[in-house]
Amino acid sequence: MPDVQSTVLEFVNKLRKRKIEGSQATAKCTVELLRSVISQQRVPHSNQASALIDAVKAVGEQLVAANPVELAVGNVVRRVLHIIREEDLSLATAAMAGLDLLDASDDDDDGNDHNCKGVGYMSAAVAAAAAARSTLRPPSLQTLLEGTPESAAVPYTSSSGADSESKTADKSSITRKLKHDVIEGVNHLILEIAGCHEQIAEQAIEHIHQNEVILTLGSSRTVLEFLCAAKEKKRSFRVFVSEGAPRYQGHLLAKELVARGLQTTVITDSAVFAMISRVNMVIIGAHAVMANGGVIGPVGVNMAALAAKKHAVPFVVLAGSHKLCPLYPHNPEVLLNELRSPSELLDFGEFSDCLDFGAGSGSPLLQVVNPTFDYVPPNLVSLFITDTGGHNPSYMYRLIADYYSADDLVM
Amino acid sequence: MDARRGPLAVPKVRRVGFFTSIEPSPDSPRPNRSLSGPAEAITTSSSPLSDSPSGQFISPVQIPPLRHRSDNLAAASRAAAPVPVPVPGPSAFRRQLASDRALHVGSYNPVDSLLGTSPPSSNGEVSEDSGSLFGFQRSDSAKLSASFPNGGFDMTMRVRAPQESEAKVVIASTSDGRKKNVEPSGTSEPVAATKPRKEKEQKSLKEKTSKAERRAIQEAQRAAKAAAKGEGSKRAGESSRAKPSKTAKQTQPKKDVPQVTSSLSEKRTVSVEKERRMDVPQAQMQYDDKSRVDKAKRRSVVEQTESKNKVELFLHLPQYERGNQLPNLSSNIFTLDTIHHAVYKVGLQHLAGDLSGDNSRCIAMLHAFQEAINDYTTPPMKDLTMDLTGKINGYVSFLIECRPLSMSMGNAIRFLKNQIRKLPVDLSEPEAKASLCSEIGRFIDEKIILADKVIVQHAVTKIRDGEVLLTYGFSCVVEMILLYAHEIGRKFRVVVVDSRPNLEGQKLLRRLVARGLDCTYTHINAVSYIMGEVTRVFLGASSIFSNGTLYSKVGTACVAMVANAFSVPVIVCCEAYKFHERVLLDSICSNELGDPDAIANVPLRTNTKHAKTMDNNKNLQFLNLMYDSTPAEYISMIVTDYGMIPPTSIPVIVREYRREDLLL
Repeated sequence: MPDVQSTVLEFVNKLRKRKIEGSQATAKCTVELLRSVISQQRVPHSNQASALIDAVKAVGEQLVAANPVELAVGNVVRRVLHIIREEDLSLATAAMAGLDLLDASDDDDDGNDHNCKGVGYMSAAVAAAAAARSTLRPPSLQTLLEGTPESAAVPYTSSSGADSESKTADKSSITRKLKHDVIEGVNHLILEIAGCHEQIAEQAIEHIHQNEVILTLGSSRTVLEFLCAAKEKKRSFRVFVSEGAPRYQGHLLAKELVARGLQTTVITDSAVFAMISRVNMVIIGAHAVMANGGVIGPVGVNMAALAAKKHAVPFVVLAGSHKLCPLYPHNPEVLLNELRSPSELLDFGEFSDCLDFGAGSGSPLLQVVNPTFDYVPPNLVSLFITDTGGHNPSYMYRLIADYYSADDLVM
Repeated sequence: MDARRGPLAVPKVRRVGFFTSIEPSPDSPRPNRSLSGPAEAITTSSSPLSDSPSGQFISPVQIPPLRHRSDNLAAASRAAAPVPVPVPGPSAFRRQLASDRALHVGSYNPVDSLLGTSPPSSNGEVSEDSGSLFGFQRSDSAKLSASFPNGGFDMTMRVRAPQESEAKVVIASTSDGRKKNVEPSGTSEPVAATKPRKEKEQKSLKEKTSKAERRAIQEAQRAAKAAAKGEGSKRAGESSRAKPSKTAKQTQPKKDVPQVTSSLSEKRTVSVEKERRMDVPQAQMQYDDKSRVDKAKRRSVVEQTESKNKVELFLHLPQYERGNQLPNLSSNIFTLDTIHHAVYKVGLQHLAGDLSGDNSRCIAMLHAFQEAINDYTTPPMKDLTMDLTGKINGYVSFLIECRPLSMSMGNAIRFLKNQIRKLPVDLSEPEAKASLCSEIGRFIDEKIILADKVIVQHAVTKIRDGEVLLTYGFSCVVEMILLYAHEIGRKFRVVVVDSRPNLEGQKLLRRLVARGLDCTYTHINAVSYIMGEVTRVFLGASSIFSNGTLYSKVGTACVAMVANAFSVPVIVCCEAYKFHERVLLDSICSNELGDPDAIANVPLRTNTKHAKTMDNNKNLQFLNLMYDSTPAEYISMIVTDYGMIPPTSIPVIVREYRREDLLL
């Protein structure tokens, strides 16, 4: 598949060069790429799910390695894997159901059961279901003791699958069915990612009251939609936007907000503490939400969160479901961060003699630190608003568990 | 008097003793603490600070017992008794001054004149009444003076300058408003006869004039003035008949004074408190008060146009368009007669934003005042003290128009006015000018330059090898500390945190790197990223209020907060002359707004279209706060010229080294 391979490489390059910014855009691109990977993946007759999983995983690893800081990529890959496993399981259970209802052929489960004829089928379906179940089962002592379930299942199905011609025909249709379902699921995921803004924005009216003063940082489309949704519902309120110094994302957001008729005031980042005492709510868009309820956001968020905590101002984080990361962070300030070019802070040439590593003793006199992200520990967050509603930071781990399979956490 | 001061003095000393323990090396107690006598006494005993070499460890919080001071005072007052030879008629001059300068504090003047013309009765009740009236006036005029230093001032001065006036009151009656006579004319013998006795009495009161005293004085003044008026009106024809009536009137105030002073003892403690309260400077002008703003505008030199998009939360602060008036102003630098060109220059520098840093602003202003005083000549028919103070007030209001004063500048101006007020009246004009200039020079040397050196000495003890020090923005004291620590061979690393729009940190960075310090540069958003490796935070200050609130460059509070969250000690370096009696809780009520365009303009490198393009949209505002206030809880220690103290000790320092002591 040279075409898929080349698109993957192209996307990897884009990620590596940080051409794609924003977790939503990245998530969208990733999931579209994975869809094409899945659709072009030639699936073997047997054990289609694992083949698909392997293919997605292989691509996913490349993507994650290309930009490990962009957690949305990993999240989406895990989501797709989860979809594959789910579809496989549902197919298997459907096959089991079909087995039980073999005579009652009025089952309208996508005409799946019409193919279920012949003696050899039963054994194949049972094996597939068993394999599917064992893969979907969360890791437990039993599965560990049983050894690798897939390898155990594969020879069995293949041996039974090689029995007759008619069965292979059935199989290919089942395979196509699986792939079809998976792609359906992925399409659903794409829609979900695209529509998360609306889902979140719908809740705005519940959280913003009249004459509220809201502080926000960075440029997040989710926040923009959220605020505008409240504005459309005839709430009048005032927004303070912190400019987000080296990148001035705040200016972009402010411009958008003003274009939509909101009262907007741009403040310097340093004035966050000064202004927070007059702010009723801090609303930020997350870059990623970790399983412990910690948030990775644009740089400066931690400062705002601390100030909000100090003044007992609610600190609300908006996050689409593709931003929910199933990992628990360790030292996220450093490990999940990214240092950008010093030229954003100091002009080129201004301190060139000091920045030079080659000159003098070899270590530069001057270092410029320009991180991109900031980590907010869960105890500073008051509320998460996702497309499924509002949640406490302490609940995030459970919410996240709904979206991912335990097997995929480590890729 | 000593007995009266006794109860106050004892607890003071004890409290200070507690704070002394913070700073372990109590050597030389500051002698000029005990000198609250006449100004010349100080000039002769040159300050200990200026005498001691900079490297020497100068003792911090060590306050000599007050008993000593009051003894000194008595001695000083006795010694100084001949010094203030009364100049006749200052009160009348003052009044004339007010009318000359056409400053309309009109609502108050009628009351005054009414009181003045009505025959003052000799009993205490009336004086009580009028006293309270004056109390009103005082607070009002103080407010006024705060808002338009030009206008309110005469009132304040009149009330505020009782020390000179008290000795002169009696003689004042002899000269009418238009006379500019230095020698007492001695038209009325009885008055002249009572003069010495009265003078002595008032000398003893002079050191600490309470409200009651002032009341008595004003009572006397008023009577005197009424007499003078009477004289003036009748002088034309029947001067011989007028005289007896006048002298009869003049005797009344003399009777008043002992009565009031006898009741002083009860009132003393209360009045001291009252005075303290009143001495706290009034808040800045509130710019959401339309009528006052209009009044102020009419008088202003700088034609500021109000910015189109005001931030609603800050309507009480001036929000002007920047930069458009500078060319016209700079063109008429030498044509302007009301404002000295040196002051004008400093004002324009402020307007253009060329001066930054509280110390340099303050020093520039004081130097300009020095120059202005040097070039000053008392106009005929005027009194140096009054006229010069008026001049200085004009300068100050001009400077305020250019840019709101910092707290430290306010303190320095108060010092200068204090000095002018305390000028011995018998000094000739050149002497007075020289004395003022040298006082200003001494203030700069002692309170700013030497204080910085002392702070450096203290702070350097807190820097150890291998430390990572974080500093925010540009503070010249912090710079000196870092450079000195580097000079004496400490190995450490500096993190310079900077913020838009001024990017002052780059200036510091340049200087540090030039001297070979190992630096890390970052912006304020990343402060929580970098704070993990920092071991100490050094911050500069614009002012520290008496509730321990640090008022400093905007962003300081953020840095201190993050440092606090990371359990990194925060050390604030601040000269004691910047301490202020006011209290502040947030950054909104009292602040300064910078140029909003500075925020709107982002570096061109960013290719995206920014909000600048929407400049004229009424929904979009840019808020460029200049200062913020850091709560005391984030500050671990304050290094000042009196030593290293916790923020809770600020009110103690402010109180113990109160204005007289701090700024004398």
